[in-house]
Amino acid sequence: MNPPNERIDTKHAQYLAVLRKEQRIIRLWQTVLLVAFFAVWEAASRFHWVDPLLFSSPSAIAKLFVEKMSDHSLFAHTWATLLETLLGFFIGTAGGALIGALLWWFPRLAKTLDPYLVIFNAMPKVALGPILIVALGPGFTSIIAMGVVISIIITTIVVYSAFKEVDPNYLKVLRTFGATRYQCFKEAVLPASFPAIISTLKVNVGLAWVGVITGEFLVSKQGLGYLIIYGFQVFNFTLVLMSLLIVALLSTVMYQLVALIEKKWGNRR
Amino acid sequence: MFLVVDRLSHTYLTKTTAVTALDDVSLSVEKGEFVSFLGPSGCGKTTLLSIIAGLIEPTEGAVHIEGQPLWPSGTAAPVARRAVGYMLQQDYLFPWKTIEENILLGLKITNTLTADTKERALALLAEIGLAGVESYYPRQLSGGMRQRAALVRTLATDPKLLLLDEPFSALDQQTKLRLEELVWNTLRQYEKTAVLVTHDIEEAIAMSDRIFLFSPRPGRLVRTFVIPDELRCRPPLAARQHPSFPALFQSIWKEMEALESAQ
Repeated sequence: MNPPNERIDTKHAQYLAVLRKEQRIIRLWQTVLLVAFFAVWEAASRFHWVDPLLFSSPSAIAKLFVEKMSDHSLFAHTWATLLETLLGFFIGTAGGALIGALLWWFPRLAKTLDPYLVIFNAMPKVALGPILIVALGPGFTSIIAMGVVISIIITTIVVYSAFKEVDPNYLKVLRTFGATRYQCFKEAVLPASFPAIISTLKVNVGLAWVGVITGEFLVSKQGLGYLIIYGFQVFNFTLVLMSLLIVALLSTVMYQLVALIEKKWGNRR
Repeated sequence: MFLVVDRLSHTYLTKTTAVTALDDVSLSVEKGEFVSFLGPSGCGKTTLLSIIAGLIEPTEGAVHIEGQPLWPSGTAAPVARRAVGYMLQQDYLFPWKTIEENILLGLKITNTLTADTKERALALLAEIGLAGVESYYPRQLSGGMRQRAALVRTLATDPKLLLLDEPFSALDQQTKLRLEELVWNTLRQYEKTAVLVTHDIEEAIAMSDRIFLFSPRPGRLVRTFVIPDELRCRPPLAARQHPSFPALFQSIWKEMEALESAQ
């Protein structure tokens, strides 16, 4: 064994131990914060520091959750919302990327559509809700459409500008080999824009939830958004808060999945 | 004649201006010859290279490679263009592709990727001193290694004419000298015709058989220097140390100075 190497190894082991310790401390505080939040909430409600009718309490929510799970109604609502969100997310992202590609392919189309994209992007898309419901009927389709319209324009704009900003020298390399426009797209433009496309996925997770929950507010038939608006109307804030917690949980899981994809595919450069 | 540039003029048009980059340039290059386009920035040498590469259509004039016209597109142009390989100032290896995928890119684009051509490209990579890096990504390689890989990418399609657009200018001095040597040897070994664009007088002398000197704004061919045999036949590093090197450098330097003051 070589003494200097040994010394470096020990140092490195110490350094790793410090890192691990720091990580543990942060995890601990995160847990403390979570537990404290629910504990204070519960206490505040029990001792009437806040109005329990408005702010409910974790125990009441848990009780309602078990109740709704046993009569299977909660599962149907959650599943409806989740499915709508996933579809809205995928259609919005894929559609936006496709339109972005078309704009790149046909520069004249891009120039023509430019002012309309600006208008659509600036407009609050949820304002289209009533029209979508009239056009597509008060149900599943118009809720998914809400999820789509809210994410498709921004995806188009982000993807198109990523395509345009690809270093022209990569295209020059390809053109010196006599590459066609399709080959340029496939070999340089698309892979070079991959990080930008992944980052729109992250944004679109959030947007799809906004669109779908708003859609369910308006359609008011089924789903977690419906439960929230229904709970509000009958003044059952336990129901509102429970739905909200489920939405928070599901959207976080979805966001983490996208982050995982990014880690796996986005780091190839 | 292998490459003929015939009364070539090119004007860049923008909304506000029309800038003449090249004005009535004629020259010819023989098969197997190594020539340099030397001149200060703005002398249109890169424009000329882009035209020879078939990337820009000139306003006037013609370019023939082995008797085939580069313009207009359509006719025989694709044949002529396939004969050309282009090497850029920086390597521009695609960061999302491995070195192997990068060097096979040209073969893939031109639909000539076979077991045979692939083997040849990989053999060339090994020959140039990069054996074993096939599965690496470009970011894992040094600047000199990357530029060497870019050379393999250019040579993989077996072009008859190599266009080198200041390929050494982004490298440090030591890497640059080593790479000059390597490129010179490789091109000589495979009997390639080459055009080097540079603003570095020493590099032009060390590498070339002939030097075309251009004046700026608009780009005109002002003089042709024929490199004497004792320098021409020596590899770049040896040529730089040869006693007749400084004298030639001086005469080209004076010519360039005169161009500057005439502006």
